Amino acid sequence: MSTTTASAAQPRFYLTEEHHPENGVMLGFWIYLMSDCLVFACLFAMYGVLGGSYAAGPGPKDLFDLSVVAVNTSMLLLSSITYGFAMLEIQRQRKLATLFWLAVTGCFGAAFVTLELTEFAHMIHEGAGPQRSAFLSSFFTLVGTHGLHVSFGILWLITLMVQVGRYGLTAANIRRLSCLSLFWHFLDVVWIGVFTFVYLMGVLR
Amino acid sequence: MSEPHVHGGAGGAHDQDARFDARHVHGHAHDPNIPHATFRGYMIGFLLSVVLTAIPFWLVMGKVFHNPQATTWIVLAFAVVQILVHMAYFLHLNTSSEGGWNMLALIFTIVLVVITLSGSLWVMYHMNANMMPMSAQDMRNMP
Repeated sequence: MSTTTASAAQPRFYLTEEHHPENGVMLGFWIYLMSDCLVFACLFAMYGVLGGSYAAGPGPKDLFDLSVVAVNTSMLLLSSITYGFAMLEIQRQRKLATLFWLAVTGCFGAAFVTLELTEFAHMIHEGAGPQRSAFLSSFFTLVGTHGLHVSFGILWLITLMVQVGRYGLTAANIRRLSCLSLFWHFLDVVWIGVFTFVYLMGVLR
Repeated sequence: MSEPHVHGGAGGAHDQDARFDARHVHGHAHDPNIPHATFRGYMIGFLLSVVLTAIPFWLVMGKVFHNPQATTWIVLAFAVVQILVHMAYFLHLNTSSEGGWNMLALIFTIVLVVITLSGSLWVMYHMNANMMPMSAQDMRNMP
């Protein structure tokens, strides 16, 4: 902010420079995501080390049903594109269409979590719970952490839908929705690692 | 944006708060922090992701190659490409967003991820190989 005291006759009310980022929310959120990425890297490393220790118990070939994983993957991918459609409606400032696509995204996310929980329940029912072997402990920790992230993402999504419904597409709400967009797409990126490293490579092992 | 940004009626009487609010209202229409997304970009990303997901699943489920080692490397390569596609088309990452700080944080994270993963796998694999061998029979009799 330049204060021109000498030439008081010509006050100028515009910025001569580029906008500085007024608040580093998007950058700060990105750095949070990167730290989350490190959490997942540690969990992936743990799975990589322990993933072959079955303790004479069931292995990936006995437990994983790749067709279920394929359906799960498509749920998450579809939720990514529908969140993208929500972001496009935000740009057009259309509140109802935004809420519609957010709801669709939430449904796909809920379908993903439900399928995953069903898979977990099935495995635990068969006696392949997290306490069975190091492989299963690391599997449940890694995949469970991802599922927990998606669950919290859905909770956040519902909160923002209420916010948008009440206060409309204000600047603050758009910023929040942009953060959730990063979070949601980031979880899809982590899932690429999960289905490749855990499921596909597990069955190949 | 070479055009100077005119502040709507921010007179001298305005206090700091009012000016802050005015900038906020002004900023949200084309906030530089929120990337401009297009339908085309999302669809390209989505279709590429579908193809890059379907091929590895098909390779593994259809047992296309007899050599699992080769399939593993191909599947990993597809995953890397798909992650790059997601970064570009869904996360709208480029070298200029946030003045390059996004990309810098990402590169730093990738370095740490590679060290964590390759280091853990390398060290623990060799530790495992140097440990006493244990058969499945011994495992069953573990306390």
